[in-house]
Amino acid sequence: MQGRWTRGTVPGELGGWAVVLADMSVFAVLFAVFLVQRAADPAGFASDRTELDLATGMVNTLVLLTSSLVVVHGVHAFRTGSRELAGRLFAAGAALGGVFLVIKALEWVGKFSAGITPMSGEFFLYFFVLTGIHAVHVVLGIGFLLGLRALSRTRRPRQGHVRVVELGGIVWHMVDLLWIILFPLLYLAS
Amino acid sequence: MTVRTLVRSRPTVVWAALVAATLISFGAGADHGVVGSAGVVLALIIGFVKVRYVGLEFMELRGAPLALRLVFETWCVVVCVMVVVLYLAGS
Repeated sequence: MQGRWTRGTVPGELGGWAVVLADMSVFAVLFAVFLVQRAADPAGFASDRTELDLATGMVNTLVLLTSSLVVVHGVHAFRTGSRELAGRLFAAGAALGGVFLVIKALEWVGKFSAGITPMSGEFFLYFFVLTGIHAVHVVLGIGFLLGLRALSRTRRPRQGHVRVVELGGIVWHMVDLLWIILFPLLYLAS
Repeated sequence: MTVRTLVRSRPTVVWAALVAATLISFGAGADHGVVGSAGVVLALIIGFVKVRYVGLEFMELRGAPLALRLVFETWCVVVCVMVVVLYLAGS
C-alpha cells in the first residue's frame, strides 16, 4: 500500500523536478543577494528603479502567464491524442516567449540609448544580470517548446513522449514563475 | 476541444485569477506615495501566492505525491519570508 507521501502521479519525472527545484533555489539565492546589496544603498536603488518602466515589466508578466496557459492546454491536448492541436499550442507558447524577448530587448536597447548600462551602478548591474540570466532561461524554454512541437508532429509517437511533454511544460512554467517574482523585486521593491 | 470548453476549463479560470492578481499587485506596488512599503510587501506576497498556484495548477502538483508538492510549497513559503524580511530590513 502506498503511503500518503508517495501517493499520486509525478508530473513529468523526478529527475527533471530535481533540476527545476535546484534552478529555483539558485534564483532564491540571487533574490537574496540583490536585496542584501539593496540594503547597502536603499536610496540609490530607489532612485535608479524609477528609470524602469513598470508597464513594460507588467506586460511581460501577462505575456508569460498567457504562454503558460497555452502550454497547459497543449500538454492536455497531447495527452488526449489531439497532437496536431498540441503542436500548434506549443508553437503559440514559443511565439509568446519570443514576444517576451522582443519586449525585453527593446527595454534593454532603450536603457542603453539613454546611457544606462550595467556599469551605471549596483542596481543596474543586478537588473541586467538578473534579467539577462532569466532571458537565457526564456531562450532555452523556447527551445524546449519547439522540441515539444516536433514531438507532437512525429509520425512515430511513443508512450514515453507524454512524460517528456509534461516535463517540457514544467520547465516553461518555471521560466514563468521566476519572472513572477523578478517583476515585483526589480520593478517595485527597490 | 471546443473554444467553450477551453474558456471554461480550470486552467483558464486560474489564469484569469493570476492576471487579476498581477493587476492588483501592480496597483499596490506602484502607488508608493500612498501605501509605501506595505504596498510593495503586498505585491511580493501576491507574487509568491501566484507562484504557488502556477505550481499547483499549471505544473500539476495538486495531484502529485505530497512529498514533491511539499518541497515546492516549502520553497514558496521560505523564499517569500526571506524576500519580505530582507526587503523590510533594507528599507
